[in-house]
Amino acid sequence: MYTIEKSNEIADKIFEIWVDAPHVARNAQAGQFVIIRIDETGERIPLTISRARGDLVRIVFMAVGKTTHALAAIKPGGNIADIVGPLGHPSEVKSWGTCVIVGGGAGISSTPCIAEALKKAGNKVIGIIGARNAGMLIFEDEMREICDELHVTTDDGSKGRHGFAADVLKETVADQKIDAVWIIGPAIMMKITSMATRDKGIKTFVSLNPIMVDGTGMCGSCRCQVAGKTVFACVDGPEFDAHEVDFDLLMQRQRYYMEQEKEAIALWNQHGCSCAEGK
Amino acid sequence: MGDRPAEVRIHDFLEVDTGFSPEEAIAEANRCLQCKKPACVDGCPVNINIPVFIAEIAEGNFANAAVSIKTQNMLPAICGRVCPQETQCEILCILGNKDKPIRIGQLERFAADEERRTGIKPQDKKPSTGKRVAVIGSGPAGITAAGELAREGHSVVMYESLHLPGGVLTYGIPAFRLPKDVVNAELDQVLKLGVEVKLNHFVGKSVSLSELLTYDAVMLGTGAGLPYFMNIPGEHLNGVYSANEFLTRVNLMHADQFPRFDTPIAKASRVVVVGGGNVAMDAARTARRMGAKVTLVYRRRSEDLPARLAEIHHAEEEGIEFITCANPTRILGEQVVTGVECVRMQMCELDASGRPAAKPIDGDTFTLDCDVVIQAIGQGPNPVLVREIEGIERGRAGNVIADGDGKTSHPKIFAAGDVTTGAATVILAMGGAKKAAQSICSYLTSK
Repeated sequence: MYTIEKSNEIADKIFEIWVDAPHVARNAQAGQFVIIRIDETGERIPLTISRARGDLVRIVFMAVGKTTHALAAIKPGGNIADIVGPLGHPSEVKSWGTCVIVGGGAGISSTPCIAEALKKAGNKVIGIIGARNAGMLIFEDEMREICDELHVTTDDGSKGRHGFAADVLKETVADQKIDAVWIIGPAIMMKITSMATRDKGIKTFVSLNPIMVDGTGMCGSCRCQVAGKTVFACVDGPEFDAHEVDFDLLMQRQRYYMEQEKEAIALWNQHGCSCAEGK
Repeated sequence: MGDRPAEVRIHDFLEVDTGFSPEEAIAEANRCLQCKKPACVDGCPVNINIPVFIAEIAEGNFANAAVSIKTQNMLPAICGRVCPQETQCEILCILGNKDKPIRIGQLERFAADEERRTGIKPQDKKPSTGKRVAVIGSGPAGITAAGELAREGHSVVMYESLHLPGGVLTYGIPAFRLPKDVVNAELDQVLKLGVEVKLNHFVGKSVSLSELLTYDAVMLGTGAGLPYFMNIPGEHLNGVYSANEFLTRVNLMHADQFPRFDTPIAKASRVVVVGGGNVAMDAARTARRMGAKVTLVYRRRSEDLPARLAEIHHAEEEGIEFITCANPTRILGEQVVTGVECVRMQMCELDASGRPAAKPIDGDTFTLDCDVVIQAIGQGPNPVLVREIEGIERGRAGNVIADGDGKTSHPKIFAAGDVTTGAATVILAMGGAKKAAQSICSYLTSK
């Protein structure tokens, strides 16, 4: 059992939890992820590591399905059954020159960690974070503290610039020489945003989030197409060259269990807990 | 003794084979000739003294039989169920020349089950040596090595990346062939020797290589978890599973009980399984129990099927349709699988494996309608940890090169099981692990 030390709703339906998991925290690096399982009947889901401090690991997620709703409902001091990690390769942190880190929605959660690592490696770091509206924007303060420049966008114009992170990225790469870009967010956002750097041939990383089971290269559930080859996001990634990823396939595979997800969340909403009668 | 009727067992995951009654076991044990030079023992990868334990059963001393087996093999209830005895010990039984060989596997299982029913005696263990050994992986190789090392008085930490121990015994082999309480009971015996198990630890990630090398010795038993795919068009469609994924979702995550358990799995009405080994049989029979009509496609002839005869027989009884001399060339569908296109195969001259090489007959194709395809065409060694160990010698398939005693090119690191051989059997992994454990012991005492 692993204790959840802190739990907060940090934006509309977006939660941060700090889990006591020394085996994960002591080796965690920017860009890696964990797999958690809430209880004996729970599924294994991958979530990005947002930060590690001492024995604690910060995980940020949006409550969308049964497992994330159940996770959000656990009070500080409560437990989850399992957390394994850190998994996947860390971000390619080196002296690139000028880097841009783009975060969309809950995907912003992993940007401070990557930005910080890049900053430490001597890069100039420009942050671009975008959300649907002001109420869904997270970690603006953390990013402002780390980045040399920070741009904020909202789809509805309720905060920062009215528009998408992709618009700011387009202007940024037009204005100055950019050496590497990270884009982290929903698959469709990564697909569209990475078009901004394609023509200029700027090295662009995206962090893929397909359905996984074990996270150690054993099941092949998370297989993706990158540069025409089959890769396992869990052990070959999760970060890949954005311009070589087949995003349509990723989205197709993400949708595979949509019906079952609806069924599970309907049951959860009916009963509002994960006790046996609710199942 | 016997199998539960097929029409009953396809509706549940309870064990198919019900095992011997005491009377049956004694009668069978009494058939044993108690050969002076027992050939059967030579066929056993872990050298169980077969005539001795059979004689105990014949006398009705079931507990002694179990104790005798466990001096050589700490997992008799597991091995009695999943070992290919017909090609190991039983094939060498002299009674097989005229009549049927002694059912050694069934007797082993019987002795272990009786002991579990009446209370297991704890194992003896030598005083502490003060040496620390890390065992990576808690499957058949890891458990065996951990048990052997703990009995010798070493302090053992076993690392497992999943949330349950057991490796393939837990996530792979279905409960209808290997009940999970049997796995847990035998695993418990090893843990009671003082072996510490750290779950959710992916070594190489959760535990760094340098931390790992602070142990006095390391035993790699990471298995063959990397699933192979056929690399044919349509493999990325929703509904295409590796056998590993399909079996893990059901055995480990209980996806067959969705939504009581949260892990989803495709609701399939027609399933095509590709492959002919034990894993293919397990996947086919699991899909059958989940209500699907199942067709198994194998590229060679039925007599070439690598699965155990008993498993093939069970699969046939359960209504699995076999199509041999055929191979998928394309998986059909838009986003979700709708069928598989296959080509008929012809058998040519014998290949390196001693089986006829299978070559496609151009243009001779047919299509099977289905909504799920399960590929059970083999697995490779899990590369994640191994590729991080600098200087460790590896084979072409990514397997760790170890000699017959489990020694690798790294003085402190030993290896056994599928990570060295590629996908093989539980008992071969255990045999290798016993030798590796012996090597570790001599390495630790010579240090």
